[in-house]
Amino acid sequence: MSAREAILQRARRALADVPAGDPVTDVPVVRPAPGPAPEGAAVVDLFAERVADYRAVVERADTGGAAALVAGALAARTPLAGDGRLRILVPPGFPDGLVPGDVDVVTDGPEVTVAELDRCDGVLSTAAVGIAETGTIVLDHGPGQGRRAATLVPDLHVCVVRSDQVVPGVPDAVALLDPARPHTWISGPSATSDIELDRVEGVHGPRTLHVVLLTPH
Amino acid sequence: MSGTFLGTPAFPTAARTALEDSQLRRNLAHATGTIRAKRAGVVSEVDDWEQLRLAGEAIKDRVLRHLPDYLEQLERSLVAAGATVHWARDAAEANRIVVDVAQRHGTDEVVKVKSMATQEIELNEALAAAGIHAWETDLAELIVQLGDDLPSHILVPAIHRNRAEIREIFLREMGRAGRAAPDDLTDEPARLAAAARTHLREKFLRAKVAVSGANFAVAETGTLTVVESEGNGRMCLTLPEVLVSVVGIEKVLPTFQDLDVMLQLLPRSSTGERMNPYTSTWTGVTPGDGPQEVHVVLLDNGRTDVLADPTGRQALRCIRCSACLNVCPVYERTGGHAYGSVYPGPIGAILTPQLRGVGTDAQTDSLPYASSLCGACFEVCPVRIDIPEVLVHLRGEVVRAHQRASRVPSVQDMAMKAASWTLSSAARTGAAEKVAGLGGRLAGRLGRTAPGGRAVLGALPGPASPWADSRDVPVPAAESFRSWWERTDGGRSRSDNTDGGRSDGPADPAPGAEGGR
Repeated sequence: MSAREAILQRARRALADVPAGDPVTDVPVVRPAPGPAPEGAAVVDLFAERVADYRAVVERADTGGAAALVAGALAARTPLAGDGRLRILVPPGFPDGLVPGDVDVVTDGPEVTVAELDRCDGVLSTAAVGIAETGTIVLDHGPGQGRRAATLVPDLHVCVVRSDQVVPGVPDAVALLDPARPHTWISGPSATSDIELDRVEGVHGPRTLHVVLLTPH
Repeated sequence: MSGTFLGTPAFPTAARTALEDSQLRRNLAHATGTIRAKRAGVVSEVDDWEQLRLAGEAIKDRVLRHLPDYLEQLERSLVAAGATVHWARDAAEANRIVVDVAQRHGTDEVVKVKSMATQEIELNEALAAAGIHAWETDLAELIVQLGDDLPSHILVPAIHRNRAEIREIFLREMGRAGRAAPDDLTDEPARLAAAARTHLREKFLRAKVAVSGANFAVAETGTLTVVESEGNGRMCLTLPEVLVSVVGIEKVLPTFQDLDVMLQLLPRSSTGERMNPYTSTWTGVTPGDGPQEVHVVLLDNGRTDVLADPTGRQALRCIRCSACLNVCPVYERTGGHAYGSVYPGPIGAILTPQLRGVGTDAQTDSLPYASSLCGACFEVCPVRIDIPEVLVHLRGEVVRAHQRASRVPSVQDMAMKAASWTLSSAARTGAAEKVAGLGGRLAGRLGRTAPGGRAVLGALPGPASPWADSRDVPVPAAESFRSWWERTDGGRSRSDNTDGGRSDGPADPAPGAEGGR
């Protein structure tokens, strides 16, 4: 008998107390009713506050001011390369107008090797959803967001989130996501609490997360 | 590299050794105290935490009651998404599958994201036997692995180590396994984390094969989920060409939507955060992004035995948050090693005996007794596992297993048989009570006074003596209930009212005040 058949058979025997005709939905799942969620500007304020709680940098701008904030986030970096220019990973679909002119752009794609990712000083991306209650950015790796490795290997992640992408809670986010795509949920920069439960930012993922929150005028 | 729990003595012996280690107790008290406070803070922010726990319980119960259906659905979804599905009855079968995949790709090393399932099956040892290095990449697991130590906590495996000890391990061991720690390494957590970052990065960047577990596996869509903090998980899940995930069959969730309940319950219960820094989900293979060869090993290894016990089954609801460890007064004093299993603390005390089976070794059989039954573990469990209920149930199982193993009746058996013979006849019961009453009056004179002023018996003769040596045995009543009833006509005659509560007035409704009318 194959392992598959053996395990399924053992599981069926183990469940002799469950009536054969019971539908798989026999245990009712009652979720908490959504609470009085903050609306509009309050959701965005909460999001900004909660992202900052994780020691991420949060700056807000209208569409016109965003490019300056992105440039400012990058300007603080010391380039890895000897020529003194920043190498910045930019996923296809990221708004051109937000990419500063004085950096070397590496366009993300399957041909960009892991070693090349490791030579980048930072990465720019957009996001799919922001969750106010938990201060979480969700990437579904669609246009502007890059492959999963793109926002992981470089030490700085600058993420542009539109205020209309921010939802109140986790259930709202899950409802918006397409399960067929890969997702990366990011709440603050990489962190560890493994040493005496002291929180330290930055182990393997980007040590700096810089969120630019776009509020349209 | 790292050892195994084989040969750990029974819990009472292991606990006694642990209790003598004052450094361990200090490290544990600090860590569990910190995390308890954080958890309480973020749980209190959620309006309807209890309803969320009930939903978590219901989702997992739905899966467990129909596990074969959900497993078949999960397999179909995974295959449709481009993953290869394997089934493993036990540890040996699971290990062989992972070793085969690694060997087929001609690699002598794999990177690993911390996984309870692969610790349970001792995958690292199996890979080592096949000449393959398994690099643990979670910071705490790295500390444990480099220290040739064993994990002692589900979430924070090196909870028993402080920063000074970690610095020493890094300085001594990192160079032997790859990039050495810098000579000027201090014991600041930020410096220690930076050393781990440099040490592991070269391994991430060259690894071809990665091994993970999964926190959840969605039957409806074939989506797997890993919840973590450091990014080592994301490194393993996205950089190598090949990914093998070892997933316990109880990890299934029915629908993608169910993730919303679990992703609210787990981080708050586990690290005491509103959300953990990184959660990754992947559904089979994504062309051009991440591993292009994805394997999923569905692991039984005793889980169907747990499933077969309707009382113990609820242990399979566990989402490995470790909240029960952090509130347990026993765990806080003994640490995880005393439990002799990758699953320590209250959940380990019920899961381990069920996975291994009771009645075969003393260490396993001691675990259901490694608890004060205070109930704090149930209070914090995000999926409402009634751990005290299962502990008591398993104590019964241990006793029954031992009875089956030895045909010679125990002292307890004989006492119970004698009691049932006595109690089955009113005359015999009355006679026995007269003797006890007589003995009680006598013993009352020979007894002593316990703290609080209760009269207790001194040493007892015969087979009951070891029992009484460690307990205060109340002095039996001077008169049996039967003889009191006969003498006073059930309290109706006045002779019993001399020291009764009736005359004290309505402010003191003493027992018997109602029944006497």
